[in-house]
Amino acid sequence: MIEVRNIIKSFDGKQILHDISATFYDGKVNQIIGPSGSGKTVLMKCVIGLHRAEKGEILYDGRDILSMQKNEVKRLRREVGMLFQGAALFDSQTVIENVLFPLEMFSAMTKIEREERAKFCLERVNLYEDKHKLYPSEISGGMQKRVAIARAIALNPKYLFCDEPNSGLDPVTSLVIDKLIKEITQEYNITTIVNTHDMNSIMESGDHILLIREGHKAWEGSRNEIFNSDNQSLQEFVFASDLFKTIKMNSFNKNL
Amino acid sequence: MLMGRTFTRPENRKMVWKQVPVEMVKLGTDSIILVAIISIFMGVIMTMQVVLNTENPLLPRYTTGLMLRDTYLLEFSSTIMCLLLAGKVGSNIASELGSMRVSEQIDALEIMGINSANYLIFPKIMGLVLFMPVLVTLCTGLGLLGGMGVAKFTSLITVDNFVYGLQYAFIPFYFTYSVVKAVFFGFIIASVSSYYGYFASGGAIAVGKASTNAVVKSSILMLLMDIVLTDIMLT
Repeated sequence: MIEVRNIIKSFDGKQILHDISATFYDGKVNQIIGPSGSGKTVLMKCVIGLHRAEKGEILYDGRDILSMQKNEVKRLRREVGMLFQGAALFDSQTVIENVLFPLEMFSAMTKIEREERAKFCLERVNLYEDKHKLYPSEISGGMQKRVAIARAIALNPKYLFCDEPNSGLDPVTSLVIDKLIKEITQEYNITTIVNTHDMNSIMESGDHILLIREGHKAWEGSRNEIFNSDNQSLQEFVFASDLFKTIKMNSFNKNL
Repeated sequence: MLMGRTFTRPENRKMVWKQVPVEMVKLGTDSIILVAIISIFMGVIMTMQVVLNTENPLLPRYTTGLMLRDTYLLEFSSTIMCLLLAGKVGSNIASELGSMRVSEQIDALEIMGINSANYLIFPKIMGLVLFMPVLVTLCTGLGLLGGMGVAKFTSLITVDNFVYGLQYAFIPFYFTYSVVKAVFFGFIIASVSSYYGYFASGGAIAVGKASTNAVVKSSILMLLMDIVLTDIMLT
């Protein structure tokens, strides 16, 4: 579980995050949602420690990352996997070398064990032998995201961060990625935090949702509570799309 | 600060050192053709220019070989070659690291708990610095060979005169001076270019800017260092 308490972050004197507190649970897909420029990515980068929050606490199962020494942060990061918006695969390495990389860097496994683990992770995201020797530039965006997931789970992380995993993907591939993230989260009981503004993704895989608006926490709750909430910010964000307005009207008519 | 992070103890020494020969090939071996072509042609041209433009009968003919040798040892094989390498290698390093920064590959390394500066920059610096003596030797050798070609295949100067000039009043320390300078310059090229690439932010324009800055700044720094090293080693 990751708990964020009263986080404040500014850039060049401009405050981006205003006193944000939230809890991200084990075995659940926790989503940070909000319009572009609302501070989602900044919040995620603060939680991971890529940006240093000025005030507050960020507790990884009770361990505050903000009061840790550099070496402790490094050790903690070995429990973290991350899927970047653009996959961030190492383009000089093949698919399997990308997944092998964290294993070679940190694990005490033998060469054969490492290769087996890398193959297992790739097959877990439905990428089989014929793709293993290809370079990232030779595979599609969706496959790159899957390789990035395989790399992220190679060291059995306790925490998984996904920054806009569906950006640049078609709806079908997005669905595949969402399902994978959800399955892996439940299978390994990982604390997963997904940063998204894709409503399909929210309705498909979000278990616990945090809405950020202009750097403030606007709403927090479960997916099921979205349609019943009368929170103004949530209504404006979710029902900006005509499709979701229709869904809400249909559900309202059904109830009548 | 970046150099402090670059030269700290790596998380996995074997993985980092494994990158050194890779970088040596990429930055050093791949530059051999460029260095060879420029060295030979400049050797030929400089020999011809010296012969054609020194008409004073008091100047012995062997002066040509002597001038070519000392020019190569004192400046060409270190300073001029490194200025050329700053263009090729420096822009290569800056654009590679810059692209890794903007495509979040460096962030990915950091998230894994890897000291990205150490993993990415250390092998580049070591690879280039360790390969510089090879390039200096090659540059000097091929330059003098170019001059020898002029003596052999034209009637501008005899081979005997040229070879006598090459051997006349030879100071072996000049070779050491040349290698030491090249090692320093290799460090400047790799570290300055890495700095600009590593801290590039934005998109393609930022990568291009980092690449340009890397070449310009490392060239200026090398020329300043040339004065300092010459003052320390030759005066």
